[in-house]
Amino acid sequence: MAKRIDATNVTAYYGAFKAIENINLTVEPKTVTALIGPSGCGKSTFLRSINRMHEVLPGARVEGNLTIDGQDIYDRDVDVTAVRRMIGMVFQRPNPFPTMSIYENVVAGLRLNGVRRKSILDEAAEKALRSANLWDEVKDRLGKPGAGLSGGQQQRLCIARTIAVEPQVVLMDEPCSALDPISTLAIEDLMFQLKDKFTIIIVTHNMQQAARVSDRTAFFSIEKTGDPGRLIEYDNTQKIFSNPGQKKTEDYITGRFG
Amino acid sequence: MTTTLTSHRPRPPAQPPTLRARRLPKWLPPAVALGALLVAAAIVYGAGIGGPVLVVVVGALLYLVGLFAAANAVEGRRSARNRTWSALIHSAFVLAVLPLASVVWTLVTKGLERFDANFFLTSMNNIGARDPEGGAYHAIVGTLIQVGIAALITIPIGILCAIYIVEYGRGRFAFAIRFFVDVMTGIPSIVSGLFVLAFWVLVVSPYFSSTGRPGFSGFAAALALSVLMLPTVVRSTEEMLRLVPAPLREGAYALGVPKWKTILRVVLPTALPGIVTGVMLAIARAAGETAPVLLVAGGGAAINFNPFENNQSSLALFVYQQAGDASRYAPARAWTAALTLVALVLILTVAAKLLARRNRLGR
Repeated sequence: MAKRIDATNVTAYYGAFKAIENINLTVEPKTVTALIGPSGCGKSTFLRSINRMHEVLPGARVEGNLTIDGQDIYDRDVDVTAVRRMIGMVFQRPNPFPTMSIYENVVAGLRLNGVRRKSILDEAAEKALRSANLWDEVKDRLGKPGAGLSGGQQQRLCIARTIAVEPQVVLMDEPCSALDPISTLAIEDLMFQLKDKFTIIIVTHNMQQAARVSDRTAFFSIEKTGDPGRLIEYDNTQKIFSNPGQKKTEDYITGRFG
Repeated sequence: MTTTLTSHRPRPPAQPPTLRARRLPKWLPPAVALGALLVAAAIVYGAGIGGPVLVVVVGALLYLVGLFAAANAVEGRRSARNRTWSALIHSAFVLAVLPLASVVWTLVTKGLERFDANFFLTSMNNIGARDPEGGAYHAIVGTLIQVGIAALITIPIGILCAIYIVEYGRGRFAFAIRFFVDVMTGIPSIVSGLFVLAFWVLVVSPYFSSTGRPGFSGFAAALALSVLMLPTVVRSTEEMLRLVPAPLREGAYALGVPKWKTILRVVLPTALPGIVTGVMLAIARAAGETAPVLLVAGGGAAINFNPFENNQSSLALFVYQQAGDASRYAPARAWTAALTLVALVLILTVAAKLLARRNRLGR
């Protein structure tokens, strides 16, 4: 079910500003890949270009080649909603839909894509909430608003919402940066479990987190403000954190820079 | 140089030895108020320059001065300023509410005189200047029909227009639309009435009427009201849509939900309470318009359920006509009609708010 992602010479712009340049990177199925690097180096931009969320902003565009199991996701004939159903995304701040209950939030992706059968929705909701380790906490109050949960629970609700549509890849944009350590741990545990089924790419500022959860790590950096972000090094996480191939990577992970 | 700089640096305030400070006793501000009123009464009536209103005004000024002096003496300058500004803000609130309360009081006391079954169940048909009966049934029907049609026209167009501006519009065209909506906000109601008179009543309506002649109609009034309502609906909906956080939209996109469905099922429900408020403001404004109805529906004394043919009245127009009528029974009718109009708008607003809230989940 999980899929392989190939990026070839991916360059992304915000209007005239070039945010990332010539990113080449391959993500294997059923792995966790961490994107690390200083602020403004284009990690999030690259992440958002993988499920075509980058182009949502006015003036933003992507060049180069991004394929998922060989299919070019930027092909003219590709339906952007199909891409996003295949490649789900969890955001930095939990964003449950405020007008919907916990249950409705989880099944929103299915329901808004035309699934109406209550039995299917119920089953999917329970499965997704169990996968997100949230079922036991919310099973008695599925009709209550999603916005009434704590921050960590909300984020797990958003993860449940994302995996309820059964994507093949899950992108996470700093999913723990607004959470306390206990909630962060819950989500990291969750990532280990989700790895069996999904390909996961996570942007994080927390290097310990990258070292803990990921199999492969990509280090992005910029020369100076205004320059496009580049991929400096991409390797097994162990190698990056123990014996990086590049001086810049070493400087960054040892805290000498960034 | 450095010495002058350091000498000019403000010194940190000395630490007070205790966190407690002297406070005015609780009874003092009311006592100052009472004293101020007494002094004011003495001045005003002693000099014979005015009545109770002037007493209150002078008393309020004296109270401000007295309170500042008392607080300054006991509590210090900062606290005195705080008390003065608090008093000023409270008086501003009273000044703002006073006319409103006065309007409601006048309406209720004068409107209750004819607030009877006869008023709501009869029209003005065959009511002469000496008849104490007569009612506003025809006017209520007219207002409901005209405002109803105007709402049916405006709400979909207005909300769709706002969605276009916020979610789809890019560049010059969207800017132009926003600009013209802004311009429309300023259209006086009489102009919108004249526009519909010239365009609909005189030019278009002959093609639809059975006689082939131009004629007044409730529908023409609804058109004129739509012109007035549209900009309010567009602008308020636009503001509400802009308040919906972008991450909500992105969250839906990321689930593979198409844009139109995201707008329909995520953005609009989130903005709904605010949109309802804006729409109700527009409806309230339209229900209170007199000039366009007079120009293109003509008014009339008889009940007319058909908005597409013959004259129709409305509550606002009824108030205008009765207020100017020579009959000694007319003013009471005008007051009751005004009260009815306000009550109608209030009921509609409360009902709409309750409906909008039903969609929201309880905590």
